[in-house]
Amino acid sequence: MKTENQKAWFFVLPVLALVAFNALIPMMTVVNYSVQETFGDNVFFWQGLDWFQQILRSDRFHAALGRQFMFTFLILIIEVPLGIAIALSMPRKGFWVPVCLVLMALPMLIPWNVVGAMWNIFTLPDIGLLGYFLNHVLGISYDMTQDPVAAWVTIVTMDVWHWTSLVVLLAYAGLVSIPDAYYQAAKIDGASNWAVFRFIQLPKMKTVLTIAILLRFMDSFNIYTEPFVLTGGGPGNSTTLLSIDLVKIALGQFDLGPAAAMSLIYFAITLLVSWLFYTLMTKDDLN
Amino acid sequence: MLSWMAWTWPTALLFIGIFSAIGVLIIAEIRHPGGAARKGVLGLTTTRGDRLFISLLGTSYIFLAWLGLVGMPLWWPLGLSIAWGIFCFWKV
Repeated sequence: MKTENQKAWFFVLPVLALVAFNALIPMMTVVNYSVQETFGDNVFFWQGLDWFQQILRSDRFHAALGRQFMFTFLILIIEVPLGIAIALSMPRKGFWVPVCLVLMALPMLIPWNVVGAMWNIFTLPDIGLLGYFLNHVLGISYDMTQDPVAAWVTIVTMDVWHWTSLVVLLAYAGLVSIPDAYYQAAKIDGASNWAVFRFIQLPKMKTVLTIAILLRFMDSFNIYTEPFVLTGGGPGNSTTLLSIDLVKIALGQFDLGPAAAMSLIYFAITLLVSWLFYTLMTKDDLN
Repeated sequence: MLSWMAWTWPTALLFIGIFSAIGVLIIAEIRHPGGAARKGVLGLTTTRGDRLFISLLGTSYIFLAWLGLVGMPLWWPLGLSIAWGIFCFWKV
């Protein structure tokens, strides 16, 4: 076998050091916390795997996990087809390309807490533009501070507003990289629009869509700031997603042990779903 | 210096185990480059690193499932995990 030059790996070392510093060491600390109890002052007592057992069997965790999967499922099923549809209808050349791209990028430039605050003010039933319009002009009863369904509609709409652009931009990047020859060949064969989409555009977008779905899955599964600012997890617990619950346990109740155990379980779920998804999407390419 | 990390011997041993496994893989890669890629029973093309990852991920789920559904003691999931790891390096 030919020996390859492996020296390039040394260039990865700075990144490795950075990741170790900001991810690996904190992660190891979380593992240490998860098997101990603390009352502050950096004094810890061995607890074994009790926290894991407690979290795994708690109804509160099951409910938050269920809400989390629900949220991620909803936003993926809306954002991915919508993003592809918008990308398909965007112009490929000419004056309007930069206009569309900038308009699309705008929501992503807004900080997450600002997005939450904007949507909070926008949807408040008495003073918000949307809230007032729905309640007092159209006469539809809508109050995201009281009604769980309205709260859910609001956080899902907010996420769609904020992040569909990411899917659009990635799908668009995939679309513009398709050479004209493919379209010309399709035209000669008399292919329908659907056939062009199904057999040319979709396969060519597969890689970028994999990345888009993975990023949206991980981001939405770990979402905290926007729903926290918008609804604070309420009304009741109806929009308390996993990370909001985690922060309540860790900082609100200062139960570092259970919070650490919960975050490790959380991490294991994110890791498994991301791995499964990536493996299934890239399986054919590798084989 | 490391007191803020709240180390315990069991967690330290866990990480020593994981890092030594990665170390073994690095040595194996230097001796036999290419990652020993093959198509396993799951229909996936895996390298040694993939097989270690699948073993560890599976192990964490075996232990979590046992803790949630059955509880202590954990000798059974330990045995299952070792069997799973052997299966991963042998067949997957």
